[in-house]
This record gives sequence, structure tokens and C-alpha cells, in this order.
Amino acid sequence: MFEAKIWKLGDDIDTDIILPTEYLAFDTVEKMKPYAFSPLRQDLAGMIKPGDMIVAGNNFGCGSSREQAPEVVKALGVSCIVAKSFARIFFRNAINNGLLLIEQPDLYDNVKEGEVAKVEPGKEIIVNGKSYEIANLPENLMEILDAGGLVKAMRKRNGLD
Amino acid sequence: MGHTLIEKIIGKKVGHEVKPGDIVTVDVDWCMIDDIMAPFAVQKFHEMGFSKVYNPDKIVLIYDHFLPATQVDDSRHFRVADEFAEKYGIKSVHRTDGICHQLMTEAGYVKPGDIAFGTDSHTVTYGCVGAFSTGIGYTEMAGILGTGQLWIKVPETIKVEIDGTLSGNVTSKDIILRIIGDLTASGATYQAIEFTGSTVDSMSVASRMTMSNMSVEAGAKCGLFAPDEKTCDYCRIPYDDEMKALRGDDNATYSKVLQYRAEDFVPVCACPSLVDNIKPVSELKGTKVNQVFLGSCTNGRLEDLRTAATILKGKHVADYVKLIVTPASRKIYREALADGTLGILSDAGAIITTPGCGLCCGRGGGILSDDEVVVATNNRNFLGRMGTSKVKIYLASPATAAATAIAGEITEA
Repeated sequence: MFEAKIWKLGDDIDTDIILPTEYLAFDTVEKMKPYAFSPLRQDLAGMIKPGDMIVAGNNFGCGSSREQAPEVVKALGVSCIVAKSFARIFFRNAINNGLLLIEQPDLYDNVKEGEVAKVEPGKEIIVNGKSYEIANLPENLMEILDAGGLVKAMRKRNGLD
Repeated sequence: MGHTLIEKIIGKKVGHEVKPGDIVTVDVDWCMIDDIMAPFAVQKFHEMGFSKVYNPDKIVLIYDHFLPATQVDDSRHFRVADEFAEKYGIKSVHRTDGICHQLMTEAGYVKPGDIAFGTDSHTVTYGCVGAFSTGIGYTEMAGILGTGQLWIKVPETIKVEIDGTLSGNVTSKDIILRIIGDLTASGATYQAIEFTGSTVDSMSVASRMTMSNMSVEAGAKCGLFAPDEKTCDYCRIPYDDEMKALRGDDNATYSKVLQYRAEDFVPVCACPSLVDNIKPVSELKGTKVNQVFLGSCTNGRLEDLRTAATILKGKHVADYVKLIVTPASRKIYREALADGTLGILSDAGAIITTPGCGLCCGRGGGILSDDEVVVATNNRNFLGRMGTSKVKIYLASPATAAATAIAGEITEA
């Protein structure tokens, strides 16, 4: 269970919005952070605090396969993204980086930016006293998420950790 | 019970029947890594603790997004990839040959029935030859480099049937844009698309590539065409019984079937700034443009350049309009040079660039600024894709692009 302040984005938030191509070649994610979401909201990256969450509509993360997109969101300290649906490559990339994604059909239409949500993964999200049911990810994905991402899961496989 | 094409491809690979929703681990035939993602994949590979790659002959490195380099740090990507190739014995490194998705079939790697993953979302392009291919992130790519395997969920399939004869100024680009408009940008998420029908049968492999390439813009995991004689000629393999069996069965189960008459398609554009915001070109007439882009892995092939050259022959692009032409590969560049296509385009005032991703991903020559309008034959019109977030990008066919370049405003060919 954790509490998180909501930042609200719309439908079809594509990977070029999450991180434009011109910043993909920075050698560290730290350098990319200020530019996250900049085509849409230039000041957003600077306002997101560790632990905050993003709530969005349909098809979050559509577009390119750039893994810098979920990495930069994770680096901003975002605790989870709750959307009506996610694009498939972004979905896999996020899990592989240990970023929690939750599909929930009703939350987006019923909350405002700045409100605070209580999130209990696998069970529910509560905002303004109202509960929204959420499911767990499939088992093979939970294993990757629980390991802290695919790199750590592979290190374990290779007998390193 | 019959099977869809994707169920057959995956089933053959894992050695048993599969159905949508099954999670299976597949052996990977081809890994494609592009220059943007190479250093990240290499870093993750080492963080994971691998000391060798699963098979150096199945890994292809292609430099295209940053070629030629436009920012001072870009060449680091080539250097890191070169060192990785050298250290692990990877021989297939294309340093200046063209766009990755063109090369993976053109250079003879991916064949019908193969499974390929690439570090770029338009890896779906190889569905044009009946291969299952899709984009992944660099961490998953690092995992495949070490293990040769990846888990996948068997997708449901949307069947798209198109029958009849297209009218002269309508191309496969207009078809796929219309389909994306009908499905929406998320309408095929987690699903495969299978394209069938007499219109599709009569298309060239190049035209099919355009449709497979853009299937991801509807969210699809892959966009497949059953291989036929044309496919096998292109892939330089015999059209045998194994190839003939690689098609969706008549009694397969599809999540959705879309049926179209070819005669009903008209030239269209995807309007700013969503790929599913589709309007007929006739409704956009009069929209002034600053630039026209003909190229990319979507529409940078010889037939696309020839279509444009037919329209531009003996004419000139409008004053103030920059027409930028980028062939998808060196092979295409050479062919278009040899048959006079590039000469016609140059005479008409085109700026012809080196093969690569360049302008399509906002890194190469031709970046636009606030309030400028571009008609482009590539695959994405996202905010900020080809310059600032106030650039208006209209996606269109090569024919529409050429006619627009002459008129200086959006025009039907």
C-alpha cells in the first residue's frame, strides 16, 4: 500500500511525447529527465516528485520501442502509471524496468490532477473514498517485476546475485 | 479447428499447437539492433552478466538513425556497436547501407515463417514476407542476445480482406491509413493483423511492406501477408509446399474481420497530430505546405520514387517548397540512379539525401520549425516528430506527396 499524488495526462500519450528523439542519445537517463513529456507539457518533468503517479487514458506509450521512455518515467520516481490501456512495447519495457503499470477502466474519468490516491497493488485504488478494483499482472511478469526488472532477473539466471 | 497465420508461425517454432492467450518461449531466428539502441543493449547485456552471444550469425547491426551523424555524440553509437561486433564475432554490420527495416529482407536475412525481433517499433515490416517480427526494448534485446529466446503471448488476429482493383492514384499507403483510421491508433493493440484478398494478391512486395510497416500504428504486434510466388522470388527461395501452407486457414478464428472493396479507397492523409486522424486529400485541398518528404521505411522504395518521378517529370516543385527525397537503401538509390528516376527528381528541384532514417525521426536534414507544414510519406505525425511540437505533419502516399510538391498545397495526384 502506498499513497501517491496524481498527474493526469490524456489518450494516446506517445513515446515521442514521453521522450523526444533528440534526447535519446544522452548517455545517462539522468540527463534525459528534464525533457520528459516536454512536447506536451514543458514544465511537467520538473514538477513530478518521487512517489507521484500518472493517470492516463487509452493507449499510453504508443509509438516507438524506445525503452528510454519507461526508464525516464521510472527515473523521475513515478510510483506507477494507471491507464485505461497501454501500448504493448511500452508495457513490456516498463515491466522489464520494474515500473508498475496498472490497467483500470474507470479511474481516469473520475479523478482530477493533484488528488491523492491510495494504491494497493493487485487489489484496489482509493481516491476520494471511492474504490477502483485492480488486478495483478500475469505470473511470469510478476516474477520480473518482483526481481526488480529483467536485468536483475537475468543476473540471477546467470548466477551473479 | 483451423489456425491463423501467426498461430501457424509460432506453433511451428515451438513444436505444438498454440492458441491466442498462450504464453510461450520461442527460439529467435533474427535479432536486429539499430544504432540508437545499440549502446543501451550492449550495456544491459553486460549488466546481465553474459560473456557470449547465443549465435553471432543471427544478429544484425544496422546504422541508420544517426547516419550521417548530426550531433557530436552520435558517433559514440557506431563506436560502441563496432566494438561489440568485433568482440563477439558479429559479421552482419551494415554501416552505410540503408534503413534497417528495408535491409532485413532486402539483404536476405528474414524469410517467410521466421521469427525476428528488433529494437525499433517498425520491425513489424517483415510481416510483408510472412515472418513474425515485432519491436522490443533494449533490455529484452540484451536478454535475447544472451539466451536466444523470448517469451511471447500468442495474439488474436484481425483479418483484413480487400478485393477488387484500386484506382490509379490510390496506393497501399492510402489503404493502410484508412484501415488505421477505422481501427484507431489502439484498435489492434496486442493483436496480429492478417491482410488478404485479391487486391493484396496483386500488390508488389514493396507495397505490402508499406502496410506491414504501419500496422504498429494501430497498435498491432505484427501485420502479416501470406507468402506467395512474388514473396519467394523476392526472398530468393522456392515457392514449395511449406510456403504454400503458411496462410490463415478458412476455418481459423479471427477476433474481427474487416472487409473492403478496393474501388472504395481514395487518396487520404493522416492529419496532425494523430495517425488515426484520417481525411480524404480532396477535403484538405488548399492547405499550404513548406516541405514535402518522400522516403523512410514506409515509402522510400523504388516504386515509390518512380511514382513520384512520373508525376514530377518535366515539372518543378513550387517556390518556397523543399522536396526532400531519401531512398530507403543504397540498393534502391543505385537502381533509381541507373533508371533515371533520381535525375528526374533532381531536375524537378528535389534535395536527394543519403539512405537512412534522418528526417522521419527528427534527426536528419530538413527539421522544421513552429507553424510549418510538411506532407510526408513516413509513418508518424506525432507532436514534435520532425521538429518542434508546433510543426504540422500530414502523412500521405508518394503520389499525393509529389502532386503536393508541385502545387505547394495539399493536392490529389
